[in-house]
Amino acid sequence: MTQILFKNINTADLHTMKVYEAQGGYRSLKKAFAMQPEEIVAAVKTSGLRGRGGAGFPTGLKWSFLAKDVFPRYLCCNADESEPGTCKDRELLLKNPHLLIEGMILCAYACRIETGYIYLRGEFHDLSVIMEQAIADAYAKGYLGENIFGGGFNFDLHTHLGAGAYICGEESALLNSLEGERGEPRMKPPFPAVEGLYAQPTIVNNVETLCVVPYIVNEGAEKYASIGTKKSAGTKLVSVSGHVKKPANYEVVLGTPVREIIYDLAGGIRDDNKLKAFIPGGSSVPMLPADQVDVLYDYESLAAAGTMLGSGAMIVIDDSVNIVETTLRLISFYMRESCGKCTPCREGTRWLYQIVEQIMQNAGQLEHIEKMEDICDTMATNTFCPLADACVSPVVSSIKYFRADYEKYFTNVSTSLA
Amino acid sequence: MSGFTFSDEQEKEITRIVAKYPFKKSAMLPLLTLVQRAEREVSPAAMVAISKKLDCSPAYVQSVMSFYTMYHAEKVGKYMILFCINISCQLNGCDKLLEYTAGKLGITVGETTPDGKFTLHREECLAACTEAPMMRVNDIYYGALTEQRIDDVLNSLD
Repeated sequence: MTQILFKNINTADLHTMKVYEAQGGYRSLKKAFAMQPEEIVAAVKTSGLRGRGGAGFPTGLKWSFLAKDVFPRYLCCNADESEPGTCKDRELLLKNPHLLIEGMILCAYACRIETGYIYLRGEFHDLSVIMEQAIADAYAKGYLGENIFGGGFNFDLHTHLGAGAYICGEESALLNSLEGERGEPRMKPPFPAVEGLYAQPTIVNNVETLCVVPYIVNEGAEKYASIGTKKSAGTKLVSVSGHVKKPANYEVVLGTPVREIIYDLAGGIRDDNKLKAFIPGGSSVPMLPADQVDVLYDYESLAAAGTMLGSGAMIVIDDSVNIVETTLRLISFYMRESCGKCTPCREGTRWLYQIVEQIMQNAGQLEHIEKMEDICDTMATNTFCPLADACVSPVVSSIKYFRADYEKYFTNVSTSLA
Repeated sequence: MSGFTFSDEQEKEITRIVAKYPFKKSAMLPLLTLVQRAEREVSPAAMVAISKKLDCSPAYVQSVMSFYTMYHAEKVGKYMILFCINISCQLNGCDKLLEYTAGKLGITVGETTPDGKFTLHREECLAACTEAPMMRVNDIYYGALTEQRIDDVLNSLD
């Protein structure tokens, strides 16, 4: 099985400069600095790499959208990993911090950026200590700082800790937070590549995305593009959690059947129960029922199945669970994390919570489901950021596939929604 | 309002932090974090001190502070227990374990023990889903929780 990001992830002391270099770390820099920056952007385009944080936007294209001839530009690594079910960036940051630094240096060189920030969620304080040590070691080696390798290229890199807000994983909210403001999303356009941090052109990329770039420079864009499927190139880290025997982060080639991920890699369902549902891309994407377990794990196949690859978090649910309980927990999450800026999200998440809670107290009626669908219609695509849409995903998909679970709660008691 | 002053060491740290950014307002979260970690709360006096460092109003500091869940207007315990209750942990039985932890500490979720040692909060996903159920105590993640492991962790803390 092709391993790019996790090839040597369990090598002892990989987080140290000595071991990382002994494993071939930072060797991409010499090759990159002999290339024109535009050639690297072109290579990342050719590689087919897509953003691994959730949206799956082509990375090279994002880099090419930077406003022309406007400086300074900034690079922000999104390490605000908070999508329920997702913990792959944490493992990369914990065990292989230099890979991220190397990827960020390559991106900065390619995009003519001289300052970068790694925005870590506040709860990752332990990782910020590891990251700062790695950054200090990279400065000491001359990989960061002024006039790197005597080629006239400067790049400064800093860590920045958030303080507990899921929404800051949304790129424009992240930028507001980094500017010292409330982490509310911005109106788009303008997109960050045109007006981002401090209103300057800015690249925001996920940890995993940036960690792929050294491989593309070392091995060539064509080699990366040859892995996976035609439109979903490369490998993806998948956090498999929930009711599996071996929950862990696995690196899979895009296009691998979900069945293989759940049953071969993660060892199958705990206690040999039956699979009931799986959420393939973090809590913000629609869940699928067990009979779709043969879907292929790539962007297009999952989209065709009515869901998304998202952040690459596979949450596995067995048949001991009533899906309504799971759905209520997720609604509760979005309700708590809604920043309150947009009315459909601020109010809609609360209404959904109240209705599902009412259903679970055996005080529901069929019309409550219609009401939920109606609220979801109003929430979807009517807000500054996708948090409302994210909340809609588990609700609509749970009704679509597991309506019987809702009906178990219905009684003949008449209640009003007011 | 009683004064709040940064120690000499904190002053040095603040200088280092502010230098990371072209605009000092970006140091807002780092400074709030500095205070929260040292004081276990961000008092109104501390907000005034931060506002002076960043050339903004104390009200602005408060508006930012109130957005983020890791800053507290009331002093939290020496050990802050963040107990994850999101989906992967829910599927692995976190609700019962949270109830167990609260019972063991003799408080309800959201409270601090009378001796000021522990605060227990229900927390959203902490990005350690493959180790569910899990909790974070101050800066340390503890996964694969059982009642026994929770006992061991809590008993190990002074």
